[in-house]
Amino acid sequence: MQIPAPFEYVRASSVDNALALLDRHGPESRVVAGGHSLLPMMKLRLARPDWLIDINDLFELDYLLVDTVPNNGRVLRIGAMTRHTTLLESDDIKRLFPIVIDAERVIADPIVRNRGTIGGSLCQADPAEDLSTVCHVLEGVAVVRGPAGERMLSMAEFHRGPYETAVAQNELLIEVRVPIRDDSGSAYEKVERRIGDWAVAAAGASVTLAADGTISHVAVGLTAVGLDRNVTEVEAVLVGQAPTEQLFVEAGRLTSLACDPLADQRGPVDYKRHLADELTRRVLRAACRRAAASISDITI
Amino acid sequence: MTILEDRPSNPAAGDHDRPIGHGRMQRKEDPRFVRGKGHYVDDIVLPGMLHGAILRAPVAHARLVSIDTTEALAHPKVLAVITGTDLQALGLAWAPTLSMDVQAVLVTDKVRFQGQEVAFVVAEDRYAARDALELIQVEYDVLPPVVDARKAMDPSAPIIRDDLAGRTDNHIFDWEAGDKAETDAVFASADVVVKQEIVYPRVHPAPMETCGAVADFDPIDGRLTLYETTQAPHAHRTLFAMVSGIPEHKIRVVSPDIGGGFGNKVGIYPGYILAVVGSIVTGKPVKWVEDRSENLMSTSFARDYIMQGEIAATKDGKILALRTNVLADHGAFNATAQPTKYPAGFFHIFTGSYDLAAAHCTVTGVYTNKAPGGVAYACSFRVTEAVYLVERMVDILARKLDMDPAELRLKNFIKKEQFPYANKTGWEYDSGDYEPTMRLSMKMAGYDELRREQKEKRERGELMGIGISFFTETVGAGPRKDMDILGLGMADGAELRIHPTGKAVVRISVQSQGQGHETTFAQIVAEEIGIPPEDIDVVHGDTDQTPFGLGTYGSRSTPVSGAAVALVARKVREKARFIAAAMLETRPEDLEWEKGRWFVKGDPSVGKTIAEIAMGAHGTIALPEGIDGNLDAEVTYDPPNLTFPFGAYICVVDVDPGTGHVKVRRFIAVDDCGTRINPMIIEGQIHGGLTDGVGMALMEIIEFDDEGNCLGGSFMDYLLPTAMEVPDWETGFTVTPSPHHPIGAKGVGESATVGSPPAVVNAVVDALAPFGVVHMDMPCTPARVWEAMQGRTRPPV
Repeated sequence: MQIPAPFEYVRASSVDNALALLDRHGPESRVVAGGHSLLPMMKLRLARPDWLIDINDLFELDYLLVDTVPNNGRVLRIGAMTRHTTLLESDDIKRLFPIVIDAERVIADPIVRNRGTIGGSLCQADPAEDLSTVCHVLEGVAVVRGPAGERMLSMAEFHRGPYETAVAQNELLIEVRVPIRDDSGSAYEKVERRIGDWAVAAAGASVTLAADGTISHVAVGLTAVGLDRNVTEVEAVLVGQAPTEQLFVEAGRLTSLACDPLADQRGPVDYKRHLADELTRRVLRAACRRAAASISDITI
Repeated sequence: MTILEDRPSNPAAGDHDRPIGHGRMQRKEDPRFVRGKGHYVDDIVLPGMLHGAILRAPVAHARLVSIDTTEALAHPKVLAVITGTDLQALGLAWAPTLSMDVQAVLVTDKVRFQGQEVAFVVAEDRYAARDALELIQVEYDVLPPVVDARKAMDPSAPIIRDDLAGRTDNHIFDWEAGDKAETDAVFASADVVVKQEIVYPRVHPAPMETCGAVADFDPIDGRLTLYETTQAPHAHRTLFAMVSGIPEHKIRVVSPDIGGGFGNKVGIYPGYILAVVGSIVTGKPVKWVEDRSENLMSTSFARDYIMQGEIAATKDGKILALRTNVLADHGAFNATAQPTKYPAGFFHIFTGSYDLAAAHCTVTGVYTNKAPGGVAYACSFRVTEAVYLVERMVDILARKLDMDPAELRLKNFIKKEQFPYANKTGWEYDSGDYEPTMRLSMKMAGYDELRREQKEKRERGELMGIGISFFTETVGAGPRKDMDILGLGMADGAELRIHPTGKAVVRISVQSQGQGHETTFAQIVAEEIGIPPEDIDVVHGDTDQTPFGLGTYGSRSTPVSGAAVALVARKVREKARFIAAAMLETRPEDLEWEKGRWFVKGDPSVGKTIAEIAMGAHGTIALPEGIDGNLDAEVTYDPPNLTFPFGAYICVVDVDPGTGHVKVRRFIAVDDCGTRINPMIIEGQIHGGLTDGVGMALMEIIEFDDEGNCLGGSFMDYLLPTAMEVPDWETGFTVTPSPHHPIGAKGVGESATVGSPPAVVNAVVDALAPFGVVHMDMPCTPARVWEAMQGRTRPPV
């Protein structure tokens, strides 16, 4: 039994109540959702909050719905308390964003996925967090609520770096909005030493094809290799081109140059750069194949 | 070939559905485990019980400058804080290890590994005890650590054990086996010699239940009751008596349900001693249970052998000789648990399953600033390292000779008619018949078809590997003339009582950590005296309840205690013959045995069952001269030799050429453990061991950084395999009974852990053959496999 440092515990009853509690207990209070990142850190006494504000009763944040939002068009709205399992089992997600299914399948194990939430994953902002990359690639928008009301942040604005987000101490991430694009496909692939271990490296891609079969829009993101943004370097190379193996090879090469991995027990730098390259090629291939499959008259 | 599983049931006992003694019966202990009613050390709650927690060193090597416990003592729930100085006053600061060394119970002079015990807090609850650790102020003067065993003997290396008088280096022992001159001569004239450094990295047994104790010292009558996670309760009691000065008859050691041991629970850890001291100091029971990080960082690790292997052969593939020099990292204290004569355990069985002309090994043990241990994780006293060495070397030789590794093994096996076989390093293999076992594994695998598939895949650039391991184990330590632990001969006792109604209790000296003793030993007695296993209670784990013996490790329970149980049952059966004769008013020699019953020769209708005889023994009939009025017996069994189980394992892997990720696709395991008592329990043991082996081969390692920080101190860092990493096991068996064991059984608990790592690594190396890879060290993580593909194999330490 690993014993955390002493802390106080309170259950929030609503978003407003949670915000009030955060305000009341100040900087040494932490929100706990699924708890699968925070609690192990507390047990190792690496995290020592004075107050734990449990938001597991905030069922109002557990939803998935396709909606039309002014200025954004059609979006998938994902409540911050949506569990990994819900995402994995959603037909809407399977149809619209196969990248999420790819990623969810390799996030920890069913026990963790039953508890862990998308909001917790994004706010933890672990460099090896898969959903951060997925949301970057899908160009999601984070809806953050605080005492001053709601604000909308692009993933680039939201995700500031390892373990760091734009969510202030007295704010709560309440929703992620993912724009729905027609004629698109997406994919994610991860290398790990063992199921449930953190990624050695992972890559995600989303591709939209034009009527002529060329790539009209693309986003590529990486996990655990020191890049907290999409690999924008590849976009100019890919957009306007017909997807070919040669193109994927060039994209992979650029990706391996763009990343900035650290050597650790999961592998040396050159291996991780190699994975950035290899996995980028794989996810682009899969994303293009899936996009083409959604448009019956294009085959690649 | 005898397969007792298939013996017919005994109609006399009214059981037509199931073989009476042997067979695939469900485990008697499982109802309590599957219903969550197991009773482990941490489940023990005594009135007034206090809780202990250990402050551990944050650094690997440091002089202890000062320690201030004032603030911790001021904590309202803290009753005592014990330091090394306090223990010194009691003469308990240092305790003997199982390898004739000493180990600090609490640091008095110097920290020697990260996680070493520095102080012990006793508090009203576990939370307070843990919190109070942070209130102890310790000042350390940090010293440069020795992390790399290769540098431990450098003249400039810091001296770790300056507590030992006259110590000027980090050397522990040199040991050798075999004939060096003879071996060198064979090597000098051999056609082919291949060399390879082979590293078996440090791993950890990581049992599901961590170590712990509840100590209850009664100051009135001076009695100590100690509930402990121990695989060897009797040996612990004796050692506690010798160290603490509490007389042995005043000590009761109880090992309740144990959640896995794998050798991790053989030694006596400082925490156990501290719980006892805590109880003596406070006059109340004290519970101490370590957390997962403490278990991984401070308790007995396994392996850590750097082996320089060389194999000599003729050009047509006759293996002639094997030699190796081993550098053994024993950590900061030499605390391995093994027979006194063998500081490298049974490593000298490294000649494996092959008929060699010569063999020689040397092993040098060194101290480093790491946690102590070395013999653990189902290793059969270092047979794991030995089997890994020889099975890798044979594969490397096969590559050199461009021979199929199965064919090379078949060509060099010790032949059936050579048993009992004296190898070149002093072992006498009791029995073996290797070729049929090897052939069965190849048949189950579809070996030729796999090789064809591999050839096709290679042409397409796909990486598929087939790995073989053929192991011979040496288990059941051991004959007392050769084997002891701290002077205690490695024998085991058994006591059997048949109650008047014919139900029985058998008391054994070995302690189950999940092996199924309550079932297996009941089955052995059932087979011998012919009453159903359900009617036989197996008592173990309590020194007040059981006869003396050395405990469960090294796969020794069935070879040693199983023999004791069979013999004690035969003793009872023989005694029953005399009592039956008195009851039937005939002579004992006129009676004949059928399972469960003595009857009159020539008149089977006249006889007495064991139950009737038991009632007779306790009844009123006149007993023959020299027969006392019970149906009880006891024995202590000193095995004449060890037993030598063996097996043929074939592993099939697919390697992702783009990522280096290894997928174990199939694993075929054919085991020969002699007579099989409960095949379901055997298969369970095999499944677990194979999973261990895949874990070690692919992911498990306890690493240290240059400062001596343990990098494997949690399950986030020390990876154990899950169901996702292992295939459906394909198991098979052959039966070659042990000629000296009363029922022909051999040990099996560690066979799969010993035999499987080389099969997996051989498969990975085989898959990487197109890249010119001839060897890579464990763990075969994606990164390390990819590096091997780039021609950059490197040792893990």
